[in-house]
Amino acid sequence: MTERKLLSDLVPQPDDDMVVCRCEEITKGEIRRAVHDGMFNIHEARRFLRCGMGLCQGQTCGRLVKAIIARELGISQSELDDATGRAPMRPTEMRIIASEVFGE
Amino acid sequence: MSKIIIVGAGAIGNAAAYYLAKTGVQVTVLEKSPYIGNGGSSRNGGGVRQSGRHPAELPLVMYGVKNIWPSLSDELGMDIEYYREGNLRLGKTEQHLEILRGLVKNAQAGGLDMRMVDSAEARELCPYLSGEVIGASWCPTDGHANPLLVTLAYYSAARRLGVTFVSGAQVTALRKLRGRVTAVVTADGTVYEADGVIVAAGYDSRKLLGSVGLDVPMNPVVLETLVTEESPPLFYQMLGTAMADFYGHQSTHGSFVFGGTHGLEPYADGSRTVGSSISASSTCRGIIGFFPVLKELKILRTWAGVIDDCADHIPVIGNPAETPGLTVGCGFSGHGFGLSPVAGLLLSQLALGQETALPLDKFRCDRFKAKV
Repeated sequence: MTERKLLSDLVPQPDDDMVVCRCEEITKGEIRRAVHDGMFNIHEARRFLRCGMGLCQGQTCGRLVKAIIARELGISQSELDDATGRAPMRPTEMRIIASEVFGE
Repeated sequence: MSKIIIVGAGAIGNAAAYYLAKTGVQVTVLEKSPYIGNGGSSRNGGGVRQSGRHPAELPLVMYGVKNIWPSLSDELGMDIEYYREGNLRLGKTEQHLEILRGLVKNAQAGGLDMRMVDSAEARELCPYLSGEVIGASWCPTDGHANPLLVTLAYYSAARRLGVTFVSGAQVTALRKLRGRVTAVVTADGTVYEADGVIVAAGYDSRKLLGSVGLDVPMNPVVLETLVTEESPPLFYQMLGTAMADFYGHQSTHGSFVFGGTHGLEPYADGSRTVGSSISASSTCRGIIGFFPVLKELKILRTWAGVIDDCADHIPVIGNPAETPGLTVGCGFSGHGFGLSPVAGLLLSQLALGQETALPLDKFRCDRFKAKV
């Protein structure tokens, strides 16, 4: 069980402008802010900020985002789940997904 | 009444928590999942739709579109991506148009501004339609919003107002003390006490209500949704079809979010939110059939969610007479997102024993009767 307690004030850090999710251009500072807004895991952060929701689906930034959330909450990364993988594994055109004819 | 427990941190539970906290009530929200809003609230297509509604639901959603949705971003302090750009429901055959005319008739009877448009006017509204579209229904005040943000914005705002949220806290039973529902028990045996309890736990509400002798006849049904890559802005209406092949919209981000039905939903395993092998293909065929221009757009992600489909496909919203202290909001049957702000407001009023903003007789818990 996790009580969503209010955290102590958000202290700015020198690298808050660093882009962490490159697909959606989400910075470290935005992720830290979201944790203070109550997003205590990668699932909520994704839905709130779109980090890890772009073309690569978080395959690049997933671990970094988790590390930033864990540090902000003062917990170990191992206490946080990974984001859920979703089909398709690679971005795929609608016309290909729509086709059920082999080789077409 | 000064202390309320809400079971379920979905869009509706979070909205109820927010409106209660604004009146100064002490609120605790208990969520089964480790994640806030992990049920249908984060898995739906984002429709804020009045057209095609059950006549009983129409006054509720119209109240929301008039009084709550337009100012919700300001109210909650963040952009929840609400668009009121209208809803086109498309038809390709005379049979489709007949279905749409029926919907228009029902809507007009309920006082909603909705009408039929011919193919030329439909294409004027949305130039990207397939040439096969011969007509559509049009409701100019319908729209869409981002369900992930609505759910989390209510949560975040309620939390700032002092609401206690506990995730990973699965409520297993409601408890009565001297005839009143005044406590809940979680899976680890913790007892939470309050002056009243709101159950807004989707399909899981059924088991909880069963612990105090109430039953809402509903089934879990899996529905599936998908999202595309980012595209330049094309159109911002909410879209649907007469046969419900698909529905969806373009988001602020530029991606298109589409849901669809393939016809075999009743036979899916309702305990799992995993996509089926036929759903995305079926939905993509539906979309391309009406919007050929989108066929090269890439799908990034597909997912599934469970709806709480009530026997008569409208929700239960009320204080059951048999169980003072208990307020119920469940059975939204797959159209709860558009109703979520107004449902949260109504549940907050019910829990405080206030007169509700709208009459709720049609949503009573005891309306379900045997056929003989």
